[in-house]
Formats: sequence, structure tokens, C-alpha cells
Amino acid sequence: MSALDLSRWQFGITTVYHFLFVPITLGTSFLVAIMQTMWVRTGDSSWLRLTKFFGKIFLINFAMGVVTGIVQEFQFGMNWSDYSRFVGDIFGAPLAVEGLLAFFLESTFLGMWIFGWDRLPKKLHLASIWLAAIGTTLSAYFILAANAFMQHPVGFHINPVTHRAEMDDFLRLLTQNTAVIAYLHTMSAAFLLSGTLIAAVSAFHMVRGSNSSIFRKTLKLGAVVTLVAGAAVGWTGDADSKIMVTQQPMKMAAAEALYHTESNAGFSLFTVGTLDGSQSVLDVKVPNLLSFLATGDMNGEVKGINNLETEYTSTYAGTGLKGADFAPNIPITYWMFRLMIGLGMIAVLWALWLLWMIRGGREPKGKLVYRSAVWMTFAPLFGISAGWIFTEMGRQPWIVFGQMLTAQGVSPVITSFDVLVSMVIFTLLYGVLAVIEMGLLIKTVKQGLPEASDVKVVEGNQPLTFAY
Amino acid sequence: MSYESLQTIWFILIAVLWVGYFVLEGFDFGVGILLRTIGKTEAERRALVTTLGPLWDGNEVWLLVAGGATFAAFPEWYATLFSGFYLPLFLILFGLIIRGVAFEYRSKHGDAVWRQRWDWAILIGSFLPSLLWGVAFANLVRGTEVVQQANTGFLYTGGFWALLNPFALLGGLVTLSLFMTHGAIFVSLKTDGDIRYRARELAVKIGLVAAVLAVVFLLWAQVAYSNNSWTWATVLLAAVCWLGGIAMVRAGREGWSFTLSALTLALAVISLFGMLYPNLMPNIDRSLIGLTIHNGSSSETTLKIMTVVAVVMTPIVLLYQGWTYWIFRKRITAAQIPNPEAGILDGVH
Repeated sequence: MSALDLSRWQFGITTVYHFLFVPITLGTSFLVAIMQTMWVRTGDSSWLRLTKFFGKIFLINFAMGVVTGIVQEFQFGMNWSDYSRFVGDIFGAPLAVEGLLAFFLESTFLGMWIFGWDRLPKKLHLASIWLAAIGTTLSAYFILAANAFMQHPVGFHINPVTHRAEMDDFLRLLTQNTAVIAYLHTMSAAFLLSGTLIAAVSAFHMVRGSNSSIFRKTLKLGAVVTLVAGAAVGWTGDADSKIMVTQQPMKMAAAEALYHTESNAGFSLFTVGTLDGSQSVLDVKVPNLLSFLATGDMNGEVKGINNLETEYTSTYAGTGLKGADFAPNIPITYWMFRLMIGLGMIAVLWALWLLWMIRGGREPKGKLVYRSAVWMTFAPLFGISAGWIFTEMGRQPWIVFGQMLTAQGVSPVITSFDVLVSMVIFTLLYGVLAVIEMGLLIKTVKQGLPEASDVKVVEGNQPLTFAY
Repeated sequence: MSYESLQTIWFILIAVLWVGYFVLEGFDFGVGILLRTIGKTEAERRALVTTLGPLWDGNEVWLLVAGGATFAAFPEWYATLFSGFYLPLFLILFGLIIRGVAFEYRSKHGDAVWRQRWDWAILIGSFLPSLLWGVAFANLVRGTEVVQQANTGFLYTGGFWALLNPFALLGGLVTLSLFMTHGAIFVSLKTDGDIRYRARELAVKIGLVAAVLAVVFLLWAQVAYSNNSWTWATVLLAAVCWLGGIAMVRAGREGWSFTLSALTLALAVISLFGMLYPNLMPNIDRSLIGLTIHNGSSSETTLKIMTVVAVVMTPIVLLYQGWTYWIFRKRITAAQIPNPEAGILDGVH
């Protein structure tokens, strides 16, 4: 394999892996902050115990997000240096701002929250988790604005001498609809996942009968968050696909395996394509639904893959690419799109079912609740991964849509050997860390609620209430 | 403000970020390397990790911001340096990953083997970046095989082994020994009991070795590779501060000692950046064109916007990060660690 292919694999592996932890952080930080707020406002110690319990799960996850995030900041330059040269003027800015505005905030105040239980006044300590949560969501905004530039570059011009992108309008970059909708979609998906996680852990304990009355609070909180977030995911996803149709029609066509332009396109539920990928041989469709979803009109025109290939071949003649080279990998985009939607919907339906199971003070019972609670978190977790694989694979062959091909972005000096070494070691290391992290999470979850110990300020050389 | 002065300002700002990074993460690297040397019992080791607990992640953000700022302000530098120094940077990332996880996970279980393994991760994960940052910076100052190509910008073509030249390896030993000393001084300042005194002794011993290495290295750099003569002043000042820091820790004045070792690291970074200026990646053969702040920078628009952001945000960050250090200013003793042999997940917390 070439350094290009290996670099793509490495970016895929490290980024999908990093983004297993990020959405949990994005949602759970706020949910833990809400639990602690409930404790501070009501004085009910069960909220304190819940805060500490879910706080532990949050932190085990957060550590993995932090360390895998460092790789992200560096690998643009390491593996994609020609891309970095081309876009640095405009793409580097949101990354720098993200660090300065968001990373400092989340790391500093999270440190303060972890170790500050017995050193800070109650309200100041509460403020620290809120500030950390705000830091995480700010970080999401800036990195998604940077990603939106790759999907739909705006606010720049190409310098005719250096042939590089240069910034015209930073605010345009930060406020374009692609960025705003990607942020809302990502945040609502993060809440869907985090709500599911908290509901699942709570349901697990309720079935086991440990602290059932306390876990009822977080089961409700988690399930309601999942439902509300599920609705938000649907709404933002719909808005996002309408934007995608105008900005990246090929991605939409690939998502639907729609080969020919249609003005009353159906939504494909299932399809099998020919081996050369230019035709579909079997396709089960809901009539007119795709036209409606993509354009808001039952008879709206949705462009097909083959038609777009012809169009792109003349528009982007300078790239030397022709025909099928302009289409992404159809089976992957098609199935990842469906996996994303399907897995998200499973979690929403499950949350609805859970709320039904506990209606009117009932106790959830039975193996089905128990088993589904153990496994359900993986549905939205992998749904989010599928969504990102769809978004990024669906943009191919572009690294910056319409401006630069992925093949042009790779570092010219790195060898296959270099990338093979780093990719294999990252993959092995990430695999080992995943096993260790799961072990810690399972142990923490099984242990259940901690006893509520009084929170007081340590004087002189008293034992610390918390130490690493 | 002219384009040229904006480029200089960003060169200075990136130097400031590296000063922040070396001064702050420098000590947590040092503590990480000396964890099992200073901490003889489990309670002592946990006291050491606890001194870093609330701080290490915030310290590391200085590196992330330095990386991001380099990307934004000098994309050509970011691209050429990071792809050129691929394997050393990969090793640094590997180290940073294992040590970060290790800090967070080591005390979760009480199992001695579990903790021992994480302590190794902390040691290796602190050792690799401590050594390799020095190697990387020394190579920048010395000059490397950078080639300018039509339209693609600069490429580093020297390969991995060329980076391991004697001057660069000495540079690596310098940062390694400086960070170890800085970490030992930090321990003497932030703890009490046996570990405090053990750290003091180590700070003096390693500090003297570091002094010799650093003086040889900086003089070599100044004489052979420096672009500017004013860096003589910062080099000499760094040496004075370092010796003062060692004398202070020996005399038990730990606060002064830490201040001086932090100043030394700051002066060392300033010296290295000063020796480079206005180059970013000079060619090893100075008659050939290299990467400078002028041919490697972003557009004027980007630099202007980023300057506003940096000027507003940096003081705020310094304020609240400084406040954390103030909140966690108390010394920690091994006796304060509750149930040191038990895992956090096994306790009541």
C-alpha cells in the first residue's frame, strides 16, 4: 500500500476512535453538571451520589478523549502536509482558536472539578463543571467549522502566485450554514448517546434492584434527553441533507445509490448494485420520499451519480479525473447512511419503551430490559461513527470539496514504512487501551452508587478525600 | 501594523507558547521520570501523582495551542516540520498518550502489577518527549536538509537518522536533564516529608549534570549556529539562573529555586528562538534558502485576526490557569493519601 492509502487508513482509524469518546464527553459533561446543580439546589444527597457515580464514568471516558485528541492536532501536518500548506491560512485559525478558547477552559476547570471537591466553595465547584462543559462544546464548534470548510469551502480566495487558499472572511467560515447545522447535528447526537448511556446504566441498576429509587431519577433524565435529542437529531439531519443536496449533491446521490437524475426520487430502503457500480440491480424504494427529503418537494429533482460524474468531468477537467473517479465508494456511503439513521432510531425507540416500563412508579423487570441496557449504548455510539464515515467517505475524492483532491493532500516526504509503523502501533495501542477502558467502565458501573460522604474543606494535614 | 511586524509578533507568540509548554509540562515530565526514584512507597508515589493531577492536562494544552498557532500563523512551517520529523513526532505522541492515560488510570485499581505497569508508562511516556523535544529544537537551530520546490513549498529530505546527529542528541540530553531537575524542584516545593528531601538531593545532583550539558550545548549553539548576537545575553542569564536555582534548592529555598528553574527554561526557549530568528527552518548549508517567517507565514488577514484573538485570550487563560495553581498550592504529604494501597474504584469515592 502507498503512503497515501496508509495515511487514509491511519486518519480513519485514529479519528473514528477519537470520536468514540468525544460525543460522550460533549453530552455527559452537561448531564453531570445538571445532576450536580440538582444537588446544590435541592440539597438532596442522592443527586450528589449520582453526580459522583456518573462523574467517574465521565472521567474514565474523558481521559481517552484527551490523549487521542493530541494525535488529531498533529496528524494534519504529519500525514497531510500538502493539505496543510494549501489550507493552513484558513483552516489553522479555527484550530488555534479552539485550543486557546476551548481546550484551556475544559482542561483547567475539569482539573479543578476533579480535585476541588474539598477545596472550593460549593457553588464555585459547581461552576467549574459547567465551565468545563462549555469548553467542550466550544471546542466542538470550532473543529466542526474547520471540517465544514472541507465540505463546503467559503470565505477564501486562491492566491494566484502561491496557489493556496487565503482567508477573506473568518466570520463567514465560522457562521456558514454547513458549520452551524453540523454543530447542531453533532451536539444533538452527542446528547442522544449520552442520554442513552445514562438511561442504560440506570436501568441496569434498577433491574438489579440496587438503589432503584435513586436510579429512577437518572433513568428518566437519560431517557427524556434521548427522546428530545432524538427529535433534534432528526430535525438537524433533515436540514443537513437539504444543505448537502445543494453543496455536495454527489454525497446525497451516493447516500441513496441514486444512479440517474430523478424528479420524483424514492427513498431507497435496500439495494444491490452491479459489480462495476454503475447500475443498481435490485432496489426497494419508498416512492417520492427522497425528492421530498432532499428538496422539500415530492417532485423535486435529485441528481444521479452518473449525471454528476459527467457534470464534474467537465467542471473539474483540470484535475485530470474522469467519470467514476468523482464518485465516492457507493456501498460504504449507502450503508453507513442507513446504519447511522437506523442505530439512532433504535436508541430513541428503546428510550420510549423504557419510559413505558417505569410508568406510574413501576419497576422495570426482566431479562430484556437487563440485556438491552447492557448493549444499548453501542447503538448510538456506532451510529455516530457510521455518520462520520459517511460524511468523510462521501466527500471523496475531495479533501476540500471542489478545491483539492485527497490524493493531492498527502505529505510528499513520508514513506509507506513510516506510516505503516505509526499506523500499526497506534492501532495496537488503541486496541489495548480500549480493553483497559472497558474494564474500568464495567467495574465502575457494576460497583454502583458511592456512599454520600460529607463534602468539606481539608484543613492542614488532614487526609485528602480524593487523591490520584 | 506592517505585514513584517505581524510575522515577527507571531514568531514571538509561538515562542511564548513554547515557553509556557516547557516551563509547565517540563516539571510534570520530570516528576514522571523520577516517579519511582523519588517515590519509594505507594503512598509517596500517589502523593507525587496527586501533585500533578489537577495540572498536567492544562499544561499539555500549551503544546496543542503551539501546534494550532503554528498551523494558523506559519502553515509552511507546520507542514514541513511535522511531515519531515514524522517518526520522532510519532514517538512523542506515543509517549504523551500512554502517560496521560497512566496518570488517570494508575490508582484506579489497588493491584501492584497494574500500578507498576502504569508507572512504566509514565516513565517512558515522560522520557520520550523530554528527550525528543530537545532533539527536534536542536535540529531546527542547527539547520536541516530543507529543499524548496516549485509550487510545493519546502520539504525536509534528510530522513530520520540525520536528525540523530551529535549536536541534536546533546540537545535531547539537555532538555531531559533540565526537565528532570525542574520536576525534582517542583516536588520539593509541592510536597513534604521524605519525598521532599529526596527530591532536593536529586535536584542538586541532576541539576549539576544538566548545568554542564546545557552550558556546552548553548555555547555550541550560540557560536556555531546563532543568527543573532543578542542571544549571548539570554544564554548567560540562563546559566546564572540555573546555578542560582540549584543553590536555592540546596539551601531549602524551594519557591525561589522553582522560580529560577522556570526562568531558566524560559530563557533557554527564548535563546533557541532568538538564535533562529528570522528563520524557521534554516538549511544546514546557510548559503541555500531556508524557511523563514517571511516565506512561511500566513496571509496578513489571518495574522491580524489571530493577533486580536491571541491578545484578548492569552491574559484570560493565564489568569485562570494561574488561579488553579493558587488553589492547589498546598504541599501534599504521603500521609495524606487515604488508603494508598487500595484502588480508587475500590474505595468510597
